[in-house]
Amino acid sequence: MTEAIISLGSLGLIFGVLLTLASMAFSVEADPKEEMVLDALPGANCGACGYPGCSAYAAAVASGEAGIDKCPVGGPKLAAQIGAIMGREVKDQAKVTATVRCRGDNTVAKNRYDYEGIQTCSAANVVAHGFKGCSYGCLGLGDCVDVCEFDAIHINDKGIAIVNEENCVGCRKCVTACPRDIIHMDPGKEFVHVLCNSNERGAGVRKVCAEGCIGCGICERNCPTDAIKVIDNLAVIDYDKCINCGLCAKKCPMNTISIG
Amino acid sequence: MIKSILVILASAAIVNNFVFKQVLGICPFLGVSNRVETSLGMGAAVTFVMAMASAVTSAIQECILIEFGLEYMQTIMFILVIATLVQLVEMFIKKSSPTLYKGLGVFLPLITTNCAVLGVALLNIRSEYTLFESVFSGIGAALGFTLALVLLAGIRERLDECELPKAFEGLPIALISAGILALAFSGFQGIF
Repeated sequence: MTEAIISLGSLGLIFGVLLTLASMAFSVEADPKEEMVLDALPGANCGACGYPGCSAYAAAVASGEAGIDKCPVGGPKLAAQIGAIMGREVKDQAKVTATVRCRGDNTVAKNRYDYEGIQTCSAANVVAHGFKGCSYGCLGLGDCVDVCEFDAIHINDKGIAIVNEENCVGCRKCVTACPRDIIHMDPGKEFVHVLCNSNERGAGVRKVCAEGCIGCGICERNCPTDAIKVIDNLAVIDYDKCINCGLCAKKCPMNTISIG
Repeated sequence: MIKSILVILASAAIVNNFVFKQVLGICPFLGVSNRVETSLGMGAAVTFVMAMASAVTSAIQECILIEFGLEYMQTIMFILVIATLVQLVEMFIKKSSPTLYKGLGVFLPLITTNCAVLGVALLNIRSEYTLFESVFSGIGAALGFTLALVLLAGIRERLDECELPKAFEGLPIALISAGILALAFSGFQGIF
């Protein structure tokens, strides 16, 4: 009994002293700013900043390699916080959220057949290019809803996906989940959006959807800053040029462009 | 003398391979076998820990446990030794190679609970190896562990390039590969 206590205790002591000496020899100077940034980060490790997790992003911020506003989960509040730690200015930036570029809910878009297979978009999409008349439109089976960890995207009662911008942190998971590439990262709802993803010619769009972009070019001709262009039968907005005047939305004959 | 050492090395590394034959140390085997580079680093860390642990535990067994009749303290003493060694390795790697430190992540401190390390210490005692033989048995076991890790990492690196059915991506295909590797290793059985 006594031998046991003494031998284990003395061994522990010897090893403890050894480790203390070793830790002095191998000490690494950690950047205190890096730890402060890491503490401020939400710790979701979602990777939306483009780095493999919060600690990697914190290291990149501390070394000055990454911008302080790259974390979409924390948003501008967090950017200000990190800016305070790092002593850097925050640029005011519009919140970038997911936008579902389709207006073709079941009141305006036609279906080609009844689909009764596996209830996911990716499964429905491979059955004869989907059940929708429009092969670009939202199928509304909710692959995006399943991957969203922030309860920010839903299928509405008319059967297409709708983003709740207050909850959306811009992690892009829905963008990758959508088999039809309908979801894009765009500035928030206060901006104009072309809510159509179809590269079909005008006549083809009209056949299947009452609110699809027919590529008529009226928006392009009316835009004062050349921000909207019809490319491949679809109007596309360049948000670097867009002044959000709303003219394109007003002039659009198909009601494809949304505003505010 | 040299022959017996070689037999101990080869039997620990290949015939009685810790991962494939004795199914010890599976956690780091699956956890750090994504890249050949990190698995080599893990192998080196485990080699150091196993060789040192074999030597120290063998000495403790001889000089303290048997001397004072404290064999029942074996497990706790050995774990103390292993934990200390792992701490040393961790500090060393953190200082010398931050990249490797990041690559190994949580699996580095987890060498403490790697049952292969405690396993080799206990098996040395059970096989009645001398201190010298224990060290080589430790090195052999660690080399076998490294071999297993690097083999699987090589396979997994290639699998990353392949198009797999979705259900097999990641761990499932790694486990299947590991199983086939273990089958292949059973061919070494009975060499010595």
